[in-house]
Amino acid sequence: MSSLHLPALLVVVPLLSAPLCALLPGRLSWFVAVVVSLATLAITWAVHDRVLAEGVISYMIGNWPSPLGIEYRIDEANAFVLLLVAGVGAVVALWGRESVAAEVGRRQERWYWTMYLLALAGLLGVTITGDAFNVFVFLEISSLASYVLIGFGRDRRALTAAYQYLIMGTIGATFFVIGVGLLYTMTGTLNMADLAARLPLVEETRPVHAAFAFLVVGISLKLALFPLHLWLPNAYAYAPSVTTAFLSATATKVAVYMFLRFFLSIFGGAELFELLALPDILLVLSLAAIFAASTVAIFQSDVKRMLAYSSVAQIGYITLGIGIGTRLALTGGIVHLFNHAVMKGALFLLLGGIAYRIGNVTLDRLAGLGRRMPVTTAGIVIAGLSLVGTPGTVGFVSKWYLAQGALERGWWWLVALIVVGSLLPVVYLGRVIEAAYFRPAPADSALHEATPQMLVTAWILVVACVWFGLDTSLTVDVASRAAEALWRGQ
Amino acid sequence: MADITAIPPGLLLVAAGLLLPLLRGRLQDALVLLVPAVTLWLVWQVPDGVVSTVTLFGHTLEPVEGTRLGRLFATVFCIMTFGGGLYALAIKQPLELAAAFVYSGSAVGVTLAGDLVTLLVFWEVMAVGSTLVVWCGGSDKAKAAGLRYLAIHLLGGVVLMAGIAGEVQATGSVELGPLTLDSPARWLILAGFLLNAGAPPLSAWLPDAYPEASPSGMVFLSAFTTKTAVYALLVTFAGAELLVWVGLYMVFYGIVYAILENDMRRILAYSIVNQVGFMVTGIGLGGALALNGAASHAFVHILYKALLLMSAGAVLHATGKRKCTDLGGLFRTMPITATLGIVGALSISAFPLTSGFVSKSMISGAATGGHLMYVWLLLAAASAGVFLHAGIKFPWFVFFQKDSGLRPKEAPLLMRLAMTFFAVLCIGIGVWPQPLYAMLPFPVDYVPYTADHVVTQLQLLLFSGLAFFAMLPALRRTLKITLDWDFFYRRFASAIAGEFTTESLRAAARAERMAELRAQRFVAGLYRHHGPEGILARSWPTGSMVLWVAVLLAAYLVLFYL
Repeated sequence: MSSLHLPALLVVVPLLSAPLCALLPGRLSWFVAVVVSLATLAITWAVHDRVLAEGVISYMIGNWPSPLGIEYRIDEANAFVLLLVAGVGAVVALWGRESVAAEVGRRQERWYWTMYLLALAGLLGVTITGDAFNVFVFLEISSLASYVLIGFGRDRRALTAAYQYLIMGTIGATFFVIGVGLLYTMTGTLNMADLAARLPLVEETRPVHAAFAFLVVGISLKLALFPLHLWLPNAYAYAPSVTTAFLSATATKVAVYMFLRFFLSIFGGAELFELLALPDILLVLSLAAIFAASTVAIFQSDVKRMLAYSSVAQIGYITLGIGIGTRLALTGGIVHLFNHAVMKGALFLLLGGIAYRIGNVTLDRLAGLGRRMPVTTAGIVIAGLSLVGTPGTVGFVSKWYLAQGALERGWWWLVALIVVGSLLPVVYLGRVIEAAYFRPAPADSALHEATPQMLVTAWILVVACVWFGLDTSLTVDVASRAAEALWRGQ
Repeated sequence: MADITAIPPGLLLVAAGLLLPLLRGRLQDALVLLVPAVTLWLVWQVPDGVVSTVTLFGHTLEPVEGTRLGRLFATVFCIMTFGGGLYALAIKQPLELAAAFVYSGSAVGVTLAGDLVTLLVFWEVMAVGSTLVVWCGGSDKAKAAGLRYLAIHLLGGVVLMAGIAGEVQATGSVELGPLTLDSPARWLILAGFLLNAGAPPLSAWLPDAYPEASPSGMVFLSAFTTKTAVYALLVTFAGAELLVWVGLYMVFYGIVYAILENDMRRILAYSIVNQVGFMVTGIGLGGALALNGAASHAFVHILYKALLLMSAGAVLHATGKRKCTDLGGLFRTMPITATLGIVGALSISAFPLTSGFVSKSMISGAATGGHLMYVWLLLAAASAGVFLHAGIKFPWFVFFQKDSGLRPKEAPLLMRLAMTFFAVLCIGIGVWPQPLYAMLPFPVDYVPYTADHVVTQLQLLLFSGLAFFAMLPALRRTLKITLDWDFFYRRFASAIAGEFTTESLRAAARAERMAELRAQRFVAGLYRHHGPEGILARSWPTGSMVLWVAVLLAAYLVLFYL
């Protein structure tokens, strides 16, 4: 009985425990956040298993039948993303106790965790719902919460960064809701499955084309697709460590999922996706993201900002998988969505550990850290190798599938570009490693390792980088089923 | 038995390498000496054929497959790890030993890999391990050279990966076996292999990086990277005629640069390229005799090159000097090192009763059989060249020639033991080649010691020896810099400097200025757009961000309306 309501609980539990957090003192609020995120992880796990075993779950909120009421609809694709969001959420929350206390301050701690749970609930909601307008509602919940999460940063520039993200995010959401509104006027439904069924009847009309354009720009803003990524580097660089790790691993990934859901499932049914040359545009923008953002990363001296630009480039790989437009490439894109979350999460958490000890993480201040914080820097090396795409790590798996997808089309030049693009991280991570291992440490520093709690939790993700690089049964199999689910355009 | 052999034996070495830094004293020594022996035993427990399979990405991988060729290479890698370990214990740098064990373990892994993916994984681990060995050289130059080395090998790795991905895509199989050069993917695989073999145009990584490693580090480096590439080429591209010409180029490239070179360990590094050139030529010739020749030459070359580098390393260890112009007359105080070094020099020159004699002639012998008269002539000329640069030049300038006034102590006991071990192997194989022949991939009916053959070789050596001493004044090295292909990637430039002629420093300086100017301009351009204040990296005002969003939306609308 109770297992029937799991989809609803998934969103309701974090949403309702958020205000609870606000009422509790600091330490306890963290505890609640951890318990809740672990509970959501358990629920997503159960839901995920059920989807794999029994197929699509359709849950009617309040028992209102589907086109009228709101439907939660979970197939292989969003079950996978849910698992990712809840998994990263749990690890990051576990990691964050000391870091948040240090960077946000004891007095604000409870507000931080409140916002954290709201953001988590919003992201899970966006992913789970089968109703286009409901997506907007949850999107706003998660976005508003994440503006606050960024604004908590120690650096005063965090406030401007949060403000810019607020403006850009609001425009994105507005465009999104305009697009959804146009679709509603044309089809009379907000349910995604209904939309997919009715769109073919009106596909050649101007409003649908306009809706398409608004949705593309709106969602691209959210997922930071080049050149709409401008809000991202500062937001990631100046936010508290926990926020950066959490948002980089989840928020953009959920936006990618929205993109897939709308343009493959909903519009895919109307074949508009192919008609309107979106794949070609996506291909060009993705490649521009990979090369331009990676090159910018090379010249950055703030390591957090460097990795933020690297995120823009890695998102380029994910959208590249969509743009290539074969099922294998799409699998590669979805796998990379997962893999990038794991490795960027690991990198940002490890950096957060360093920031906990030394404050701002610039290349100069990393000098000699290889000896002072050996466990942390070793983790950075492993996650970094994964970012480069060394065999035996997750990065290799994604690039393998992307290359296979490009080959399916016979695009050798693209394989070459993927390969060359994956060499750029060698340069910017090389700078980090050079600083940490080859430069002498300043004599006076009495640095030591991050706290055991931080190390253990961050290393969960580091180990995952290698584990999922060797055992691909979870990621690749599920991703290919997810690609299948999106491809058949339901 | 099957359960032990199902795990790649190379992993034992890798595991030992990871364990080494944690141990101290006797236990560490014991591990260094025992593990290679145990690995060797394990290698010989692997029966012919696929031993274990793993399913990954929907492909059946074969991490362990026994073949005659693989076993031959794995055997010499284990011997090498043992001898190199013994030698390195004299200096005792645990990190370097650890890296070297990971490196050699993955090399053994490559030789027993039954599929392309396993090969690729070990290949990459090898690149990382060997880079660490270079870095253990410790100097700033070693760090920079190591970074360049890593960059080149990562490039090779991705080229190979792209090739393998294409091959799997085209054929649906990850099987490691003979390939014909008929698709872009296979060309990429060939390029990836050749890069590790030290083939042009990217051969300069080898003399660039290896001499910066420590004395013991370079001994390890000389053995594995190029020889696994030879192994891979033997398995995949045997008989591809292109390789004959690539190999010949490498042979002469190595000789010319080695003769011009002044640093004793760089001489030997160029000599590696030269010797691998012989093997690549053999692979290109194809046929049982030439392939046997390439395989056996790889086997014996590892042994005598290690011996030569050990004696050079002992000299470096004792004197701290590397340049021929600074050395000389060391036979007085280092007689054992000198004698053992000369054994290595005789072997590399293919002197009768040494290991080089019984293997190298198989390759040139294969060229006589066919229509490849020119190849045979070139190989014969090259043999004389080898004698010149490695056979005489190295021992003469280091141990004899003038008296440099240096009176270093004889090499430490462990170094002498390791050198003796390899010297015994060199002569042992030369006198009694049957066990080596029995391990070769094809049945051998080749008899090295015929009167004709011995006399020819002695004449060749005698006359090139005469030539050396006749031309001694011209060969005496002065302090100078020789430009190599690495100039191009070290300076990011395409200034064409005649490869074999730009000896003069003036031309070099001019070319360098030009190249630097261009590189500066390129980086400045990059920096203008991508640097911290560049248009792509600036923090934008919110207003312009929004403007861009509007522009994009308009563009999409127009595009979709059309």
